[in-house]
Amino acid sequence: MNPKSFEYHAPKSVAEASSLAEEYGMDAKFLAGGQSLIPLMKLRLLSPSHLIDLGRIPGLSYIRDEGNHLAIGAMERIAGIARSDLVRRQCPILSQCAHQIADPLVRNMGTIGGNLSHADPTNDMPAVMVAAGASIVVASGQGSRVIPAGDFFVDTFTTALKGTEVLVEVKIPIGPTRRGAYLKLERQAGDFGIVGVAAVLEMSSDGRCLAARIALTGVGPTVVKATRAEEILKGVELDKNTIDRASRAAAEEAQPSGDLRGSAEYKRAMVEVMTSRTIQAAARRRAER
Amino acid sequence: MTKVRVSMEVNQQMRDAQIEPRMLLVSFLREELGLTGTHVGCETTNCGACTVLLDGRGVKSCTVLALQAEGKKVTTIEGIGTAENLNPIQLAFWEKHGLQCGFCTPGMILASYELLEAEPDPDEKVIREALSGNLCRCTGYVNIIKSVKYAAKLRKKGMRGLRKGAA
Repeated sequence: MNPKSFEYHAPKSVAEASSLAEEYGMDAKFLAGGQSLIPLMKLRLLSPSHLIDLGRIPGLSYIRDEGNHLAIGAMERIAGIARSDLVRRQCPILSQCAHQIADPLVRNMGTIGGNLSHADPTNDMPAVMVAAGASIVVASGQGSRVIPAGDFFVDTFTTALKGTEVLVEVKIPIGPTRRGAYLKLERQAGDFGIVGVAAVLEMSSDGRCLAARIALTGVGPTVVKATRAEEILKGVELDKNTIDRASRAAAEEAQPSGDLRGSAEYKRAMVEVMTSRTIQAAARRRAER
Repeated sequence: MTKVRVSMEVNQQMRDAQIEPRMLLVSFLREELGLTGTHVGCETTNCGACTVLLDGRGVKSCTVLALQAEGKKVTTIEGIGTAENLNPIQLAFWEKHGLQCGFCTPGMILASYELLEAEPDPDEKVIREALSGNLCRCTGYVNIIKSVKYAAKLRKKGMRGLRKGAA
């Protein structure tokens, strides 16, 4: 199983990558770690005539503590994020998510930038970025701009990236995301999730939930924001009744479709279960520290 | 399609070739270099039979372009031991019956190699997690776990390059 033939380009800078993308337009694809793109090319679901490899652009792989946020370079491997003590300490939801993506070998090649740009509705990182209130930095030859994660995921395999733009960095706020969790229901090790839930809670010192952000994986054309569940949790104590109501609301907000991983009804029921577990896991975070 | 030059260090030897850009790393190793110890299993990023080390990290070489390994170090099963001079992990898989048909074994051993380099004394949970990208349809994994634990013991004793029987 080989991909269809293509012409290979290895730019040395983001500007050069961007100008190649401009030159070849719809016939070109950017290659990051390749763990989503190469399987699609082998199956001939995608057959770009030009492949622009971002792997030889220096300086795109890093994890930095920049005070109020973590800055992660687009070519940072998922395994690097999973291994990072800094991420585990400052942004446990991201660490937890990275550990659940595919398997260790895929994580060694796959990158955060590729995961997000691919925008597969069953990819785990997008929901975490939306719940964490992350910002996505994209650049082209003409400069750069910052897109809030909530606006980045437009539709299935579709992002707010323009054809000539390259995702270069992700900024994740530190303080508020400490109390976050990502849980995923898997049919088998390394498979895509059936349902995933990301929750980030802001709590008062007397244990009330001041604000909540909840995003769902695998139950819609792209990340689903469970805004009604968020409203239910806002300004109240997180007792069982509240969590149950919020979880039911999240299940109603989900837009699942049936496939080999389960029927729409099953997935909706699992959203309720997983939302409840994720809220509880997030609420427990501070106590664990 | 025009061929391009690729060069990388494979098992501590510089290798280069003119290849089609679409050539996968596993094909480069097997077909260009004749290193058939790296197996082709599912070809769909599931089974891990094609696992090799790329700059010391395990990757599924059926899902990596040979060009992505340009300038990097690749280690295959041929690079970690020979029949006369087995790597302790190979010895441990032999000793503890960590294989039956043997098809998944090169991948299992290289994934174990990466694990033991990072974590010299892993418990069962850590071993199972580290090998979760490698499928075995014969053993039921129990003897593979035993093999990796035994390999950790051999490595700790500084046993490198032993022949079976000499242990």
